[in-house]
Amino acid sequence: MKNSLAHLFRILALALVLAFAGAHTASAQTTPPAASEKELLEYLKKCPPGQVCQGRVSIPDSKSATLVQDGRMWQERMEGPVKRYGGWFLIAVVVLLALFYMVRGKVKIDSGVSGKTIERFTGFERFVHWLTATSFIVLGLTGLNIRFGRGVLMPMIGEDAFASVSALGKLLHNFTSFAFIAGIVLMLLIWIGHNLPAKGDGAWIGAGGGIFKKGVHPPAGKFNAGQKLIFWAVILLGGAIAVTGIIMMFPFYFASMSGMQLATFLHSVLAIILIGVILAHIYIGTIGMQGAFDAMGSGKVDLNWAKEHHSRWVEQVQGKKSGAAAE
Amino acid sequence: MARMKFLCDSDRCIECNACVTACKNEHEVPWGINRRRVVTINDGKPGEKSISMACMHCTDAPCASVCPVDCFYKTDDGVVLHSKDLCIGCGYCFYACPFGAPQYPQAGNFGSRGKMDKCTFCAGGPEADGTAEEFAKYGTNRLAEGKLPLCAEMCSTKALLAGDGDIIASIYQERVAKRGYGSGAWGWATAYKTGVQAGQGPAEKKG
Repeated sequence: MKNSLAHLFRILALALVLAFAGAHTASAQTTPPAASEKELLEYLKKCPPGQVCQGRVSIPDSKSATLVQDGRMWQERMEGPVKRYGGWFLIAVVVLLALFYMVRGKVKIDSGVSGKTIERFTGFERFVHWLTATSFIVLGLTGLNIRFGRGVLMPMIGEDAFASVSALGKLLHNFTSFAFIAGIVLMLLIWIGHNLPAKGDGAWIGAGGGIFKKGVHPPAGKFNAGQKLIFWAVILLGGAIAVTGIIMMFPFYFASMSGMQLATFLHSVLAIILIGVILAHIYIGTIGMQGAFDAMGSGKVDLNWAKEHHSRWVEQVQGKKSGAAAE
Repeated sequence: MARMKFLCDSDRCIECNACVTACKNEHEVPWGINRRRVVTINDGKPGEKSISMACMHCTDAPCASVCPVDCFYKTDDGVVLHSKDLCIGCGYCFYACPFGAPQYPQAGNFGSRGKMDKCTFCAGGPEADGTAEEFAKYGTNRLAEGKLPLCAEMCSTKALLAGDGDIIASIYQERVAKRGYGSGAWGWATAYKTGVQAGQGPAEKKG
């Protein structure tokens, strides 16, 4: 009894399949016997969006079933927006910073060096900063080499030496990435509290951070609005660069061909933007401002510098200290 | 000098995969790498077509353009070759190639793809013609021996043609005229920026 019931179902299923198959062939009979290349390409395009339009191959590599893909579009994107505009953008950033230095000069401590110092960053904070910074410099240089080295470095050192440098650079780039990712994760954890928007940020930005005029020092907490923007640029751009980088490091594991192309494109564009932001950050933290480097160097800054640039933070720290002393 | 091209007459290809096998055998291509493959579309439906596909040796090859270390070069015959000594295995050529031609010996995690491998139009590489070093890296250099690519030479239905672009285009045009239909030279518009149709000049746009 059980067997005959199963048998009946099987016959029903078969009939159903045959009916569908019949309907399908009937509808497809309009296809001409010899489809032109154009028609075949149209057929491939007709697949629902997001689905891979593939033929069939008898080899294990499923990627090879894609007959034709828009590689020239990726080529144009990487060469136009990324290489040309990206290159000009970086040159423009350097030129603007040089011009700014010539016009404004080094931002001095207006009230002079006090000789007294105040601890700005702990050893751990500086470790996190320099972990991120050194790995970013390695990643930035090796990344720029991939994008621009063929036009800049290769003519200088020859193709053989350049290929060796680039192969080493690629390895460095892939493995230094983990230090950078650790850096931005730690940075997010230790500094997010100080980088949330706060009262006074608007006024700080309104005054241009006081950078364009001597003696103007809008009040700021541990981080001023400009530093907060740098922080979020590093976290958000750096995070997106990390995600796209991981996609690139495991090719076709997380993404299809179009996904890989988008990842490489975004990785380059965002990285070039972040390099521009960081160039400005390096400028103001070194030659651009007296006393600024100590914050990340020794961790101790001059009290007058701190009062001028982070008045609210000084009040907070000293208030806490005097409060503790009074107890 | 002849401008070498491939042309696959998809109305003749019977998906026997002999071209794939011939290529693998001739060049001792490692396991997992396919310099040539046969793709069947509309499989099992009316209008089914099989197309043998490999590097088309493009005019203005996108792979050569995006390569960060400039490892590609073009021979006098218009064949696009590359140097495995310079290749850093970044995979950019695979993203840029319309035809999925570049192959890599390894899975590629952590950037460990190894040196790129692709169809050489049986023309070897930068090493001296016919040397053991050239064979180990790129396979046989048949062109240097005055022979055409083996895949096309041994194609049983002569669907796959390889040789001077003008000659194979005229052969194809003759076929189309005789039998009254043709699917067009697959990939030519993408690779050489020109198609081949009956009554249309086969010559590649100069310039």
